[in-house]
Amino acid sequence: MYNEIVMAGFGGQGVLLIGKLLAYAGMNGGSEVTWMPSYGPEMRGGTCNCTVVLSDREIGSPISKRPHALIALNLPSLDKFEDAVRPGGIIVVNTSLINRLPKRTDVTVVPVPANEIAVEVGSAKAANMVALGAFLGVSGLVDQQGVQGVLVEAFPNRQKLIALNQEALRRGFEIGQGHAAAVAVK
Amino acid sequence: MAKKLMKGCEAIGEAAIHAGCRLFFGYPITPQNEIPEYMSARLPQVGGTFVQAESEVAASNMLYGAAAAGCRVITSSSSPGISLMQEGLSYIAAAELPVVVVNIMRGGPGLGGILPSQSDYFQATKGGGHGDYRVLVLAPSTVQEAADLVIEAFDLADEYRNPVMVLGDGLIGQIMEPVEFKKEIKPEDLPEKPWATTGCAGRAPNIINSLYLDPELLEAHNWSIYAKYQKMAKEVRHEAYNVEGGCDVLIVAYGTVARITKSAIDMAREKGLKIGLFRPITLYPYPSEALAKTAEGAKAVLVSELSTGQMVEDVRAAIAGRQPVGFYGRVGGMVMGPDELVEQAEKLLAIHAGPASRARRPVTAEVAR
Repeated sequence: MYNEIVMAGFGGQGVLLIGKLLAYAGMNGGSEVTWMPSYGPEMRGGTCNCTVVLSDREIGSPISKRPHALIALNLPSLDKFEDAVRPGGIIVVNTSLINRLPKRTDVTVVPVPANEIAVEVGSAKAANMVALGAFLGVSGLVDQQGVQGVLVEAFPNRQKLIALNQEALRRGFEIGQGHAAAVAVK
Repeated sequence: MAKKLMKGCEAIGEAAIHAGCRLFFGYPITPQNEIPEYMSARLPQVGGTFVQAESEVAASNMLYGAAAAGCRVITSSSSPGISLMQEGLSYIAAAELPVVVVNIMRGGPGLGGILPSQSDYFQATKGGGHGDYRVLVLAPSTVQEAADLVIEAFDLADEYRNPVMVLGDGLIGQIMEPVEFKKEIKPEDLPEKPWATTGCAGRAPNIINSLYLDPELLEAHNWSIYAKYQKMAKEVRHEAYNVEGGCDVLIVAYGTVARITKSAIDMAREKGLKIGLFRPITLYPYPSEALAKTAEGAKAVLVSELSTGQMVEDVRAAIAGRQPVGFYGRVGGMVMGPDELVEQAEKLLAIHAGPASRARRPVTAEVAR
């Protein structure tokens, strides 16, 4: 098992946070993990991304030119990373903010109206969790319960916030699961 | 203690606390600001002191004072900031004081950029400041190793009464990986430093100084610290990876580039090309003997760095013409992918393929990019 996942969006969408949750859950599940943020100079409102590597052996390079999966929360992110995704990979697209689908036909595309769903569960800020849930659902890489557990650690004593985020994650997971059949488990 | 996911910078800070260090002096600079940020929050919790100095020059002299008083002390900075600290570090080396300095390198020269680079190898391993001195240099390639080496750096600094530098780059500083701290040393359990200036009631005063106006005394002092560097040679350490039974190309790389090489090794394996890795962990003293021995099993040696070619000089000195040595570097914050290393290894092998390449002839090939 070796997987490179790129998460991208604009600053403030919580891209780094969902990367950390994924890495934490992977670590708790016994995987080797790395989390690498893009820390170069960026404009306010510009793009922000991080790369998480999950592996069952020692991880070499923590940066990825050819990720296995992309979670794109806004259009510039899809434009930037779409072509890099490996054939057979996964692209989760936040259709709330991205007005086109990927051109690629050799990957599994998971369209998710992440912002709309987040608003339904109580906060537009949870769109990142919906997208992460969709990725977990389609990839089966990390146990959903594992991430739910990490959420409890990430927001200690914030029961309302935990419940909201867990629900956002679950809603995304359901959508992702609907596309899981198309993905060969690595 | 269970494994925690930490940024390299945070792990470095926590490691210093685990080593019994309670003092940090420094001045902010990207990409290592998470170290002072972490220390500013953490040190007061354990009865320590964090000072943001007015400049790097000031910070290095605060380090000098604290070390003279016998305290474990650390600073961290990035390339241009480390340059500013060199005056103090030279004095500290001359006064034979133990300090730990972390350099999370960025692209240079000048103000450069903030992305990963290994541009300060010469500065770190060949002295750094003025005067004929050396610092022991440790180069981690994972977050766990960064933490372990910081703890070790304090022991080595105390043992040799010499500055020890932990040399990383933006990638090692910014990446998050699981890390575990195995032992915690309390400051009160550290061995005494009988040479320290701790108040001389009941004993003769200790003097910490770097001024020797009598040339005979200064020469004797220089040779005595030189003898210490000779003794340090036994601290060399390295990792050899995928070299059993020889290899087509031995890549010599440290820190971040060594990680990328490990990915390149997997990629090359699929193509039937065997790449080995020799990763120096101490950059000074340099593991020359181990490198020469490991390279015996390789058809060619490829040095890869995030610089225009600095460590390659130490590799060539160690190999001494016995194998062809090529070089591949990326600079300015650009980081090579594993595919580039495989391609360069193939190129180098093509130049030196066949039995003739086994002959003992002094060949050096620059692999052009």
